[in-house]
Amino acid sequence: MSTATKDVAQVTKDIVAPWKGKRGGIIPILQKVQHEFGYLPDEAMVTISEETKVALAELYGVATFYAQFHLKPRGRHIIRVCRGTACHVRGSLGILERVISELKLHEGEVTTPDLRFTIEPVACIGACGLAPCVMVDDETHGRLTKDKVPDMLSKYE
Amino acid sequence: MATFRSHVLVCGGTGCTSGGSDKVLETLREGIKANGLDKEITVVQTGCHGMCEAGPIVIVYPEGTFYTHVKPQDAKEIVAEHLLKGRVVERLLYKEAMHSEAVPHYKELPFYSKQVRLTLRNCGYIDPDSLEEYVARDGYQALAKVLTEKTPEQVVEDIKASGLRGRGGGGFSTGMKWMFCAKSPGPKKYVICNADEGDPGAFMDRSLLEGDPHAILEGMAIGAYAMGADEGYIYCRAEYPLAIKRLLKSITDAEEAGLLGENILGTGFNFTLHVKEGAGAFVCGEETALMNSIEGKRGMPRPRPPFPAIKGLWGKPSNINNVETWANVAQIMFHGPEWYANYGYDKSRGTKVFALTGKVNNTGLVEVPMGTTIREVVFDIGGGIIGGKKFKAVQIGGPSGGCLTEQHLDLPISYESLTAAGAIMGSGGLVVVDEDTCMVDMAKFFLEFTQRESCGKCIPCREGTKKMLDILIRITEGNGREEDIDNLIYLGTQIKTASLCGLGQTAPNPVLTTLRYFRHEYEAHIREKRCPAGACTALITITIDPAKCVGCTKCTKACPVNAISGTVKQPHLIDQDKCIKCGACVEVCPFKAIDKK
Repeated sequence: MSTATKDVAQVTKDIVAPWKGKRGGIIPILQKVQHEFGYLPDEAMVTISEETKVALAELYGVATFYAQFHLKPRGRHIIRVCRGTACHVRGSLGILERVISELKLHEGEVTTPDLRFTIEPVACIGACGLAPCVMVDDETHGRLTKDKVPDMLSKYE
Repeated sequence: MATFRSHVLVCGGTGCTSGGSDKVLETLREGIKANGLDKEITVVQTGCHGMCEAGPIVIVYPEGTFYTHVKPQDAKEIVAEHLLKGRVVERLLYKEAMHSEAVPHYKELPFYSKQVRLTLRNCGYIDPDSLEEYVARDGYQALAKVLTEKTPEQVVEDIKASGLRGRGGGGFSTGMKWMFCAKSPGPKKYVICNADEGDPGAFMDRSLLEGDPHAILEGMAIGAYAMGADEGYIYCRAEYPLAIKRLLKSITDAEEAGLLGENILGTGFNFTLHVKEGAGAFVCGEETALMNSIEGKRGMPRPRPPFPAIKGLWGKPSNINNVETWANVAQIMFHGPEWYANYGYDKSRGTKVFALTGKVNNTGLVEVPMGTTIREVVFDIGGGIIGGKKFKAVQIGGPSGGCLTEQHLDLPISYESLTAAGAIMGSGGLVVVDEDTCMVDMAKFFLEFTQRESCGKCIPCREGTKKMLDILIRITEGNGREEDIDNLIYLGTQIKTASLCGLGQTAPNPVLTTLRYFRHEYEAHIREKRCPAGACTALITITIDPAKCVGCTKCTKACPVNAISGTVKQPHLIDQDKCIKCGACVEVCPFKAIDKK
């Protein structure tokens, strides 16, 4: 979904509407907005603040606290490399390094310039029986070896 | 309801699904239909069977034939041979079953026969999306019994008498916790299910939510009745989309059947249940942080007291229990507290589910009575260490827990015994490590995790874990100092005492227990600049043994930085300046001529 084809403010208003006058809506609203745009655009944050009467500073406080929220655009496919204990002892660091080198990412970069992939090491995806494993979008790839990485990546455009 | 001569169960847990069990299910259904067997045989997608290592798993009832590593092609064979002709497909049987004369029922396999599956009784047995199947397994009978025959006070007394304790790690008496909340005055109260399973290496809650969601709903409804609550929340981490989907469906189904919502079973008792998706913060597993998160705030813990039982969600009396705790409630009320208290050891009653992972042959979900020894879990059920390597330690209780060694193998598992040994029950992650794992690196790994997840509210946790991590990084890079071990112990003890919540109070545990049992490994890193397990890259050198090397050139091709030189059929040499110690050459060498130490 591209942000250009949609009016960010209007879409955000529609998302906020059912939560008006209710408590506990901030996180679900942020989740929905991010689902819509792939990240939390500044304009959407301002709109949420105006609509919910929650201070912008507080909104950013919440958005930056949780690992799930992103303030910058992300790749079309999200690669979650599991760095949990079980995966760690079965060599997930090598997998992570291989993914980074395959995508030719420089240090500190998480998204490829063509927005194809964003890489994200995660604590544990709860598929420890398949260690080491990687999730690309909603698909889990288990029992990986470094050599299986290029094949796995080639499935996603 | 139609009856079938045979039920084919296909595991739909996360492990098996990513192994392709969806396609297997489809192929089985197509094959059965094509052979005109669809009136005789039904295919059911179940929750996790626990033996994730062997997935995708297919079980054929009534025989209980256990097929492992099933691919779509194999599914066709199962239809053609087993379902059509009644001949077991031997090559797909679980390896230990393959060599015995009679094909055993899967529950007779060592992996299952040593377990007592009370909490997991429905996981892998019923279709989790079907309310009818849950009801057929005595589901919601406990709720009906409680609402019609028991007063709320009696329910609290029963839970107390069962000896059930918090399965999320705390180990506090569930009955006592309920009593505090029940006695707290106020017309509005909340019950909350903590499904923010964040410990790396733990997936028992995930399997319960995905495999038997109604058990959690029923448990929460009983708890709500006992404590006088009419509203509840399940706080589930967003990384578990399938669990969330199944919870939402089961809530809708239960509401339609009059088992949740207004006037449950015509008794006038109301209970509405919501699902809240987490947003990715480990600290939200702490109860007060979790409540802040439900309220839409930063998930930071609040100082206690006041405890949630007095002032919890939205300032109202609230009770939080973990998924596994809730999943036990309905069965305790159905069979009676004595039945549950019958299982167990010392002050730890009932069973505990462990996520057995790491360097063990049978990884998966394991449920055993309290008092089972670690040896039984790792060797009898887990099938021992992969590749016959030497057992070194088991890390129990995740990043808040500790390491236990060979000397603890015969320790009966209970809250007290584990605490005395320096570990904790925690949520039940059990990671087995062998001789190739460096304990300093392992401690560093856990501390990196807790350090990153520290919310930053209190200084001991925020700054202290950072300092500890700095020291550990220094040690693993070969720059350790003599005073580092004392400093780690000093810092660790202070952080444990002074931190605000459970995250900080337990964060130093992995370091402190590895120091207690593997101090020599720290000393080797610091004094000899050597990593005994050969895991810390800064401290290892990779060399080729010229006596063993035949010059096959495999390593030259594998080396990503062209650090290996040599001609064909001549011993090769590694240029130490170029070598990045990735170990790729060690893995490919067919003659074991390359040493890493």
